[in-house]
Amino acid sequence: MEVNRRQFIKIGAGAVGATAFSGLTTRWWGLDKDPVHDPGTEGTKVVPTFCELCFWKCGVLAHVKDGRVTKLKGNPAHPLSRGKLCPRGTGGTGLLYDPDRLKRPLVRRDRRGEQVFEEVSWEAALDEVAEKMLKVRDTYGPEALALFTHGFGGSWFSHLVKAYGSPNIAAPSYAQCRGPREVGYWLTFGQGLGSPEAIDIEHTRCLVLIGSHLGENMHNTQVQDMARAVARGAELVVVDPRFSTAAGKARYWLPIKPGTDIALLLAWMHVIITEKRYDVEYVEKYTTGFEELKAHVADKTPEWAYPHTGIKPDLIRETARFIASFRPASLIHPGRRTTWYGDDTQRIRAMAIIGALLGSWGRRGGYLLPSKMSLPKFPYTAYAYKPKEKVDRPPSLYPLADETLASGLCDATIPGKSSYDIKAWMVYGTNLLQSLPDPRQTKEAIQKLDFIVSIDVLPMEITGWADVVLPECTYLERCDDLHVARYKEPYIAVRQPVVEPMYDSKPGWWIARELARRLGLSDYFPWKDSVEYAMARIKAGGYDCDELKRTGVIRGKPTPVTEEEGVALSFATESGKIELYSKPLEMLGHDPMPVFRAPEEPPPGMFRLLFGRSPVHSFGRSTNNRFLSLADPENEVWVNADVAKDLPGFGGPLKTGDEVVLVNQDGVRSRPIKAKVTQRIRGDCVYMVHGFGHTSKGLTFARGRGASDSELVTRYKVDPIMGGTGMNVNFVRIERATASTT
Amino acid sequence: MTMDTRLCVGCQACVLSCKAENDLPEQGFRDWVVSETRGVFPTLYQENRSERCNHCEHPPCVAACPTGASHVAEGGAVLVTHYKCSGCKACIAACPYNARYVHSEGYIDKCTFCLHRVEKGQKPGCVDICPTSALQFGDLSDPDSTVSKLLRSRKYKVLKPELGLEPHLFFLL
Repeated sequence: MEVNRRQFIKIGAGAVGATAFSGLTTRWWGLDKDPVHDPGTEGTKVVPTFCELCFWKCGVLAHVKDGRVTKLKGNPAHPLSRGKLCPRGTGGTGLLYDPDRLKRPLVRRDRRGEQVFEEVSWEAALDEVAEKMLKVRDTYGPEALALFTHGFGGSWFSHLVKAYGSPNIAAPSYAQCRGPREVGYWLTFGQGLGSPEAIDIEHTRCLVLIGSHLGENMHNTQVQDMARAVARGAELVVVDPRFSTAAGKARYWLPIKPGTDIALLLAWMHVIITEKRYDVEYVEKYTTGFEELKAHVADKTPEWAYPHTGIKPDLIRETARFIASFRPASLIHPGRRTTWYGDDTQRIRAMAIIGALLGSWGRRGGYLLPSKMSLPKFPYTAYAYKPKEKVDRPPSLYPLADETLASGLCDATIPGKSSYDIKAWMVYGTNLLQSLPDPRQTKEAIQKLDFIVSIDVLPMEITGWADVVLPECTYLERCDDLHVARYKEPYIAVRQPVVEPMYDSKPGWWIARELARRLGLSDYFPWKDSVEYAMARIKAGGYDCDELKRTGVIRGKPTPVTEEEGVALSFATESGKIELYSKPLEMLGHDPMPVFRAPEEPPPGMFRLLFGRSPVHSFGRSTNNRFLSLADPENEVWVNADVAKDLPGFGGPLKTGDEVVLVNQDGVRSRPIKAKVTQRIRGDCVYMVHGFGHTSKGLTFARGRGASDSELVTRYKVDPIMGGTGMNVNFVRIERATASTT
Repeated sequence: MTMDTRLCVGCQACVLSCKAENDLPEQGFRDWVVSETRGVFPTLYQENRSERCNHCEHPPCVAACPTGASHVAEGGAVLVTHYKCSGCKACIAACPYNARYVHSEGYIDKCTFCLHRVEKGQKPGCVDICPTSALQFGDLSDPDSTVSKLLRSRKYKVLKPELGLEPHLFFLL
């Protein structure tokens, strides 16, 4: 096709502005006849801060005009956003101006036998929380209080609860999300990957995604890096029962049978080792247990893996060779939510071992070794009370878990199940009825509590179970702690208040400090506000407070992050080497090398329930966001097109848009959800986006939209190594929604 | 404007950024994402496109406009002057790309290539935000511009080429 070379609109870094202002091209825009309409969203004030729509913490420039936030842009100075934002980041205004926000403190009261929330003053609400906390401490000891927290603002409450004397502080982002990954890599290389993950997608030549759906999972920097890699000609290999967005860009898509990844990974090892496609020098120098591994996978041929995985032997061989051909710049992406089948740490180990065979740890295009800028902690008084051991697990179980298990704290709330009972919950920013598996158990635990306080921005389901609800303001209305990132370009970022808190909401630091005052813990909050706190740290670190306030970020010198750049590789494992064979696992009675065990099959007429993310939403946190919902208002259940032709009891083919109900193995029924009939998924599973199907009356927009996968996750398999809750073990059948269900 | 289908993940950051930048009414969209899948399991192909007004060389909307509100601005962008528009929707009927809608204030609205930004040397809102840099905007008459270089080095297509409208939104394949 010919391109018409007529003069088209010019754009260039500043150059256009310069010529336009010079007066040389005044007629260029035809300003005299048809004026270009300016919607007027440019801020009269632009405040740099960082995002909290998910937990990636991208730098944001918030435009403010007439006291309102008009738009949110990526901060070009921030290494994670580089001037770009994902859709969620652009939608922060939808959270800020959500009419359903919690506006005033609420206290549960009995009124004529009925429980109701009563709006009270902050004084009254905080007095009540403090009184209940003191009572718990006096009656059971401070350890009986558990804090569940998710999000950057949670740091104030973690500090408060530590000062109060409880070690029972957990985020569902560990045992329900990335925990197995951290432990699997730590066992193999002596360190985990953290967040943002220390991986070099930008320079990889072959990115391998094992069930990770980057591109739908919109971790901004990783998606930017993936696009840069693709633009440079890097290849993708995607292993996923579903044809994900990333699969659409891949050289190879392996539509694996769910739960059989370990079989595929062992067969890949078999090919890489028997055909000597591994990095011989690297393996000799840095690893231990190679001979054991070689023997272990000797019979794990592609032919052996085929009946398990459904991936043909030739394709397994071809992809193993393909991936190995790019080593060491061949990156097995570690994934993020890795709690799938209960053998997750072992699956992650298998991924890490392949990374080791390819020599990609500590190499360009593989796994990186970044560092942090040094920033002193605030000089707090040391915590005076030495608490009992945390109660999230029995003393001998899961010694390798390096964070507290949120699911374990929930278990310990059922009386007599643990060495001592949890009697009170403080819940910050996490909707435990969607983030913990089996909401029935969570509700049962809540019934056993003496007291539960919830601190949140929106009336999520969990707030409906609380005795006191404290309305926090959004991230755009508050200053939190500083974000000191371990990243290839190290930096320190600040979250600054963009506008004043709306309604009677308050920032987390204020709530925590006011509670501390009432608990006799004022010494632990010796600052006026969080800005004073943050700037004291910045000054103590010898950095420039004004620069930080002005640009939102202080960037450090990039340090070497790969062997090529001069890093001497070392491994904080017991052997000081990469452990292909894990003696610690063997000593604890686990398989020292990953072993494949076939997962339970869905019974006839049922499908494995898989769930994941929409690029527009951060689980249930954003599904009430009216702005974001313009782009994605409700979830659908993906059903294979061939299967949909002949579903039992349907009396005709299922079509896209038909409303169905999913019924799981325990008879739990979902809310009605629309079907998406597609070629893009295997026939033995169905898929939906997590975080929809809200039931809270206060969520007037999200309530009743789509269905909740969480309600259907009434079964989970606990990872014996680190206590993660594998949640992809539920089966559903599909029923047509009838008038009574809708 | 060029739109790289290989890079696009269909995340809709462009859609939401446009809405915020241009303060669009709730039901108004100047751009949208199309995700097309072809083939039969497991041999599938996917194409993601961020679509908007094509700012055609021969825009039928301008020809159909009775008031002169729809016009080709100098530089080539097809625009609607709000105060001249009577909201008669002749342009909506004429546009084969469904790129226009009725604004809640009565006039017909569509993509402006964010000329109010371009005037200041900024990129259009969608281009500016795009996490994958799939969207690029520039001067086709300048052989050194990013868009010119991309069109020289890459295969591309336009939508509905058979209509002969010569669209100026190029989809890189």
